Amino acid sequence: MGAINFNEQAIAFADAAEKANFLSGLQQTGLAQFKTLPFPTRKTEDWKYTSLFALTKQDYNQAVQSADVAGLNGLYDVEGLGANRIVFVNGVYQAQASNLDAQAGVLVETFLNASADLQADIAKQVGTIAETGRNLFTALNNAQVNDGVFIKLEKNVQLEKPIQIVHVTTAQQKSATAFARCFIELGQHANATVIEQFVSTDETQNVLLNQTTEASVGDGAKLNHYRLNSEHESSLHFGGVYVDLNRDSQFESYQVLLGGQIKRLDVLVNHNVGGSHCEMKGVYLPKHDQHVDIHTYIEHKAAHCTTNEVYRGIMADQSKAVFNGRIHILPDAQKTLAELSNKNLLLSDKAQINTKPELEIYADDVRCAHGATVAQLNETAKFYLRSRGISAQEADIMLSFGFINELLESIPLDALRTKMRPLMAEQFSSNRELTKHLLDSDVSEVAASGETA
Amino acid sequence: MLTIKNLQAKVEEKDILKGLDLEIKPGEIHAIMGPNGAGKSTLGNVLSGREGYEVTGGDVSFDGKDILDMDTEERAREGLFLAFQYPVEIPGVSNLEFLKASVDSVREHRGEEPMDSVTFLKLAREKCKAVNLDQNFLKRGVNEGFSGGEKKRNEIMQMMLLEPKLCILDETDSGLDIDALQVVAEGVNSQRDPNRSFIVVTHYQRLLDYIVPDYVHVLADGKIVKSGGKELALELEEKGYGWLENGGQ
Repeated sequence: MGAINFNEQAIAFADAAEKANFLSGLQQTGLAQFKTLPFPTRKTEDWKYTSLFALTKQDYNQAVQSADVAGLNGLYDVEGLGANRIVFVNGVYQAQASNLDAQAGVLVETFLNASADLQADIAKQVGTIAETGRNLFTALNNAQVNDGVFIKLEKNVQLEKPIQIVHVTTAQQKSATAFARCFIELGQHANATVIEQFVSTDETQNVLLNQTTEASVGDGAKLNHYRLNSEHESSLHFGGVYVDLNRDSQFESYQVLLGGQIKRLDVLVNHNVGGSHCEMKGVYLPKHDQHVDIHTYIEHKAAHCTTNEVYRGIMADQSKAVFNGRIHILPDAQKTLAELSNKNLLLSDKAQINTKPELEIYADDVRCAHGATVAQLNETAKFYLRSRGISAQEADIMLSFGFINELLESIPLDALRTKMRPLMAEQFSSNRELTKHLLDSDVSEVAASGETA
Repeated sequence: MLTIKNLQAKVEEKDILKGLDLEIKPGEIHAIMGPNGAGKSTLGNVLSGREGYEVTGGDVSFDGKDILDMDTEERAREGLFLAFQYPVEIPGVSNLEFLKASVDSVREHRGEEPMDSVTFLKLAREKCKAVNLDQNFLKRGVNEGFSGGEKKRNEIMQMMLLEPKLCILDETDSGLDIDALQVVAEGVNSQRDPNRSFIVVTHYQRLLDYIVPDYVHVLADGKIVKSGGKELALELEEKGYGWLENGGQ
């Protein structure tokens, strides 16, 4: 079998696919943009350490088949979260698995179910924030845009329940791609929590999910954003998050990326007007042969904005991770405070991390710091645990877990934190005996709460 | 309880312990004093089986068992406890999770049933109180952001929970003000038992006013150069270690 020309196949797929008519403008400009972008190779700076060879071996430019969707809720249920939920399986909206409580001033609708008026509104907005110039997959997402979620909060509205958007994929006979989209618009002083969750059935997937999210955060508004990837390790994921911050607005984001065959996330945050704050925390935990690549771009275009970006990764076995964090401070962005930290642990000789924090500063009155570290587990800490009778194996797991949990402890949603704990612990060992002390719910709950009196 | 014969050890190719002998019986408190670089901390690390501390000769028998071939965790489970000079901070793992893991592993080794969470919590709170640590420390990361005194009290609390046979206090007094020192000493004294022994490693005599030893040994250049009763500590304080290095006359 010869190598597949990904771009050619993608264009043919986009031409043939049935898509929502009201988004044809974006589809056409997306495709036109896609045609100008070369397929990334190791010589493409943004893809230097991530090989897309897998995309030339198998043709992913084919439609995903629908699946029996009953009984999948165990994959994404978060006990006690009490969220409004929207579920997509293989890119197709599942009304019966979704539940949405109406709230005044809150609009949550899927693109295809929207009224003609709303569709006209959606068509005007979707694609206005995402940048396609440097991302082939976002251009392709535009070209293939069909269904998605549109969220709009009127000014001063506080969302009562978080919105949980779930993307499930199921195993495919033939390699295939599913597309998904989300657009969030928060009016002045609105406040919302949106959780984007990516899961799959526990089987070899043969699926690539291409998903793009855009958010416009109004003056004084706050978006709490979660992105949780815990699909099967055979899955491919290309994600993009694009955020426009208006005056004095806030974007607080937690990203958890467990590994996949290839998992790539691009996050672009624009401080557009002034006084806005971006708080981003992310963890990535590849193992086996998995590959995770995170690229973040923070654009400080206005004065008095702050960014605090903290990413941590643990690479096990032969896995590889890439972290590229760029903070760009333009001439008008005086009084910027920006910090970027990236810490990594390598658990094996064969694991790899390529980390590159970048600061590019064109303003003179700013305070910025960045740092990256790569280390092994702390031997003194390990000795300390062992000197208390804890086995070497359990000590390793505790230390790895602690390294990640230090970031996740600050997740404000208790239900999510409780959901994440076992997922994290299982990353380090499937042996329940070795993780039981981290998952002893009585002890952990007390430890996480204030109830020690 | 503990018999050390002609113990020799090196760290990074440098000989530190050069033939150390020590005999400790149940219920005794032995103070080990000595100048910096004499090998005091090395002794604790060697007895605990820390990697990087290579035993090149001699024997150590603990409760009738040769412990030199045991892993660190096995020694701990057998009842050997090292209170660290510089307790390690482990953010992200709560003190409570750590203590439970520790107590469970020691109990399992002794053939005891694992303690249920409720009983354990009660016990941990009790011990916190005993060393005058706020109970909030239980839910914080292991030693994370603790002051020097809080870290040392956390060590003593761990000792109380694990009920070891032999406790090695490695310069537990370093960096403590007098109030913290008293709390730590009270904690230690409350654990005195006819079946429990202590090795108190210290540079200063001050601690020994509060934890009164049965014997005082002076460690210099990797060997015990002089042994005596508690009055030896006072003599050392007065005359300095130079006195012994010059032959003790």
